[in-house]
Amino acid sequence: MTWETVIGLEVHTQLATKTKIFSGASTAFGAEPNTQACAIDLAMPGTLPVLNAEAVRMAVMFGVAIDAEIGLISAFERKNYFYPDLPKGYQTTQLEKPIVLEGKVDIQLDDGRTKTVRIHHAHLEEDAGKSLHEDFHGMSGIDLNRAGTPLIEIVSEPDMSSPEEAVAFAKKLHALVVSIGICDGEMAQGSMRFDVNVSVRKKGEALGTRTETKNLNSFRFMERAIEQEVERQIDLLEDGGSVVQETRLYDGDTHTARSMRSKEEANDYRYFPCPDLLPVEIDQAYVDAVRASLPELPEARRARFVESYGLSAYDAGVLSDEPATATYFEAVAGQCGDAKLAANWVMGELAARLNSEDQLIQHCPVSAEQLAALIARIVDKTISNKMAREVFSAMWAGEGEPDTIIEARGLKQVSDSGAIEGMVDEVIANSSKQVENYRQADESKRPKMLGYFVGQIMKASKGQANPQQVNEVLLQKLNALL
Amino acid sequence: MSVDREDIEKLGELARIDISDENAKSSVKSINDVLALVEQLQAADTANIEPLANPLEARQRLRPDEVSETNRREEFQAIAPATEEGLYLVPKVIE
Amino acid sequence: MHNLTLAELSAGLDAGQFSSVEVTQHFLARIKRLDGNYNSFITVTEERALAQASKADKQRSADADSVSALCGVPIAHKDIFCTAGVRTSCGSKMLDNFVPPYDATVVENLAAAGVVVLGKTNMDEFAMGSSNETSYYGPVKNPWHSDCVPGGSSGGSAAAVAARLTPAATATDTGGSIRQPAALCGITGLKPTYGRVSRWGMIAFASSLDQGGPMARTAEDLALMLNHMASFDTKDSTSSEQSVPDYCAGLSQDISGMTIGVPEEYFGEGLNPVTEQAVNAALAELEKQGAKLKAISLPHSHLSVPAYYVIAPAEASANLSRFDGSRYGYRCENPVDLRDMYMRSRSEGFGDEVKRRILVGAYCLSAGYYDAYYNKAMQIRRLIKEDFVSAFRDVDMIAGPTCPNPAFEFGAKGDDPVAMYLEDIYTIATNLAGLPGMSLPCGLVDDKPVGLQLIGNYFDEGRMLNVAHRYQQASDWHSRCAPGID
Repeated sequence: MTWETVIGLEVHTQLATKTKIFSGASTAFGAEPNTQACAIDLAMPGTLPVLNAEAVRMAVMFGVAIDAEIGLISAFERKNYFYPDLPKGYQTTQLEKPIVLEGKVDIQLDDGRTKTVRIHHAHLEEDAGKSLHEDFHGMSGIDLNRAGTPLIEIVSEPDMSSPEEAVAFAKKLHALVVSIGICDGEMAQGSMRFDVNVSVRKKGEALGTRTETKNLNSFRFMERAIEQEVERQIDLLEDGGSVVQETRLYDGDTHTARSMRSKEEANDYRYFPCPDLLPVEIDQAYVDAVRASLPELPEARRARFVESYGLSAYDAGVLSDEPATATYFEAVAGQCGDAKLAANWVMGELAARLNSEDQLIQHCPVSAEQLAALIARIVDKTISNKMAREVFSAMWAGEGEPDTIIEARGLKQVSDSGAIEGMVDEVIANSSKQVENYRQADESKRPKMLGYFVGQIMKASKGQANPQQVNEVLLQKLNALL
Repeated sequence: MSVDREDIEKLGELARIDISDENAKSSVKSINDVLALVEQLQAADTANIEPLANPLEARQRLRPDEVSETNRREEFQAIAPATEEGLYLVPKVIE
Repeated sequence: MHNLTLAELSAGLDAGQFSSVEVTQHFLARIKRLDGNYNSFITVTEERALAQASKADKQRSADADSVSALCGVPIAHKDIFCTAGVRTSCGSKMLDNFVPPYDATVVENLAAAGVVVLGKTNMDEFAMGSSNETSYYGPVKNPWHSDCVPGGSSGGSAAAVAARLTPAATATDTGGSIRQPAALCGITGLKPTYGRVSRWGMIAFASSLDQGGPMARTAEDLALMLNHMASFDTKDSTSSEQSVPDYCAGLSQDISGMTIGVPEEYFGEGLNPVTEQAVNAALAELEKQGAKLKAISLPHSHLSVPAYYVIAPAEASANLSRFDGSRYGYRCENPVDLRDMYMRSRSEGFGDEVKRRILVGAYCLSAGYYDAYYNKAMQIRRLIKEDFVSAFRDVDMIAGPTCPNPAFEFGAKGDDPVAMYLEDIYTIATNLAGLPGMSLPCGLVDDKPVGLQLIGNYFDEGRMLNVAHRYQQASDWHSRCAPGID
């Protein structure tokens, strides 16, 4: 029996504004509890919201980036429910008239195909605070610093049919919002959070009952949660049971999800237009201006990397997705003069190092200028690739500029052909036995025998002889003796 | 349209208002009186009338994205029922 | 001294006839001596008032020319306006312990003008009521009849002005809460155009209807107050950007040639004949001054009360959700869990009328009823507004009764919320339309005051004050004093 999986995503994306959506309190991450919760954020009596212009601009920016229709008149509504992290007893959000209407996002699948995921809409809303469940004498602690942080909730159509597609879509959105500068993309800080709607059905049948799993803030959690949920639903159905429409909460510590509430006992949110806020009206000129200010999108950048740097589509994709990586790569490529070598280094040595030390490229201890200078020394044959890796490690450790390190460690490669010939002659002269063996040996065995000579020459040159040149000269001289 | 005891209890649950036994009966009666008054609306013809949410029909003004608030936690928490380590304390939240 | 109007007190201070400290002491002494009879104040801020008065005296003596007319003049604030450092209860047990760390814009504006604040006045709980009987602090008594209500919700402000405990007071009006108590207490009150006075720091009842305004004995005093209360406030998204005119400038203008519309719907069944008589006499006086009366129709008037009792409770049900016992205000004793804290804090902290409106509001917004109630009411709201818009094509102002009856006795409508709601039948429509409305005394029936209501076009407060002032130049109802008040 084949089952089909149907997945839709709701993505809560914190906008990178300086202040809250409805108040002038800072949104900076990591402040002491409640030090960034002003009277408005605390829902003190008599306080009123005023909309942040930048939140509107960023939402529109997202809309134009996914080629969506923009709601020229959008409106805020109140979604009523009681929860300690929701000070007003309602969330101010958009329902009937969201600011971003239908749009689309293309994702690249592993088999090279491109799939379009439709965006149903994206709306502006405020984030809630946080409940801290450490035990305060049987009480919970509430921190409202996050309350009122602007969000866009991006709602996709149920267009994805596997966990991998869902992750590809999530990653694509992540790269997009970071590229256009409307979100810092810091997943660990909750800047982007996913709710996934999952259902399964037999091929050709109508849509099955879906569940919503909330609170997923990493791609890995999301993938696991979807896999588990699909399995759970199929098991239920194959055992003759049925799926209950419910909200499930994923626990990142135990990697399990549990039911929060079923739809029957769900809240009646009693939405109605927020009377403290008026309809938001923007005109086409505003939208056009935002569109004109749109930075290069990852897709366009990838095409450009293939075109102007001659990279493979794969390499271009890796380097263009994250704007910080793209910027870094372009700086290196531009300054070192060898784009392919630059790509190899950024995707290879640098990426591995960043990965193993769990470091973001934004905070990389080796600057693009330094890496470019290092690569330039490979290009001009001052050092070998192997030496370069040693220099890179030293740079990472903060030992300074590549030339200084090369100098200090005496790593200059000897490429002077006279000097190399001298060394080769000397080693051949001192290795008569090995030379004799080489001559006697079968032709197929000879290449393996070169290692000894090369080793001796490198030893004599203290590792600084250009290995390529050594190989060439050695081969030439030994063959002359045949 | 009228409500019964059960409806009122449901509303009470939504609005976090306890409909206790003593006053449930009078609540049901007075709320039904109000709903009967409100019922007069149904007789009016409102076909094709755009709802009016705000009397002046003005548009939202936008605020520049500049930090204007400072930390006033101490003042705000001085009037709070229970706080600790800068947090507002409430009975345990169970999700 | 307490018989002087705000304008006269201002002139006296200007002329050095008395100091602000003397005036303030006089009113504080009166409150102390007499307010036991009226219960019009929830909080008296004696020390602060005296400090403000002495500061005002210094300002006047330092630079008499640059101070505002209100510098050193005492007033009172309805206890719905947040006052930094002074308990702001909104007439509710819920906020009995609430001392806001910020001022309402109205409070700030008046403070900048140098007023002295005597205290905070009593009101219906969260401004929900037309009799002041829903206050947690007990009912306010009508200075004209101690067994009668003062009206509501700004009953404390109205009674305090009528009893000469303060020359003027701030108030708010969501469905008639300035005009109805002004009428019942025989004083003058103005609800400005929606958006004219900032709502920042004014505890919300129904956000799309609430509007702050002044209460005093004369139209001239209202103009002085409104000059400082009105402002464009960036902290209130619904605040109007229109510049604030000098409302005193046009007070004495000739009103001849002005057309005053008289809506037939405001004179039908339900209007007490004695009220009708007094209102007709007032209209005749305006006619005498050269205004032309014109019969008009506001055909959807009968739908204003039903529409209001959907919209106002719906907005209130959300506005009052923040009172949950978490961050300020009342929290029940020893909650066993979160739900218990919410349920008991709110059920113990709110009174019956507030709870009733929250439940009605929740009902009208709940799944399956939104379209039939809330959306329908918002459509009716447009029809009501359009009635006025079309009337104002033909007339400059509208006039009629403020309320159908003079003050009624305590408990008269106790079991019947709908009967109480219908007391606001002539005032509610202006809130739905966002128009300015005012009430001024135009008669006495068995020593009970009757109010004439003026409804102006949007932002036409100046002209309303002009008409009211002209009327008050030709009548003395506004200067009549309740029996027993010296």
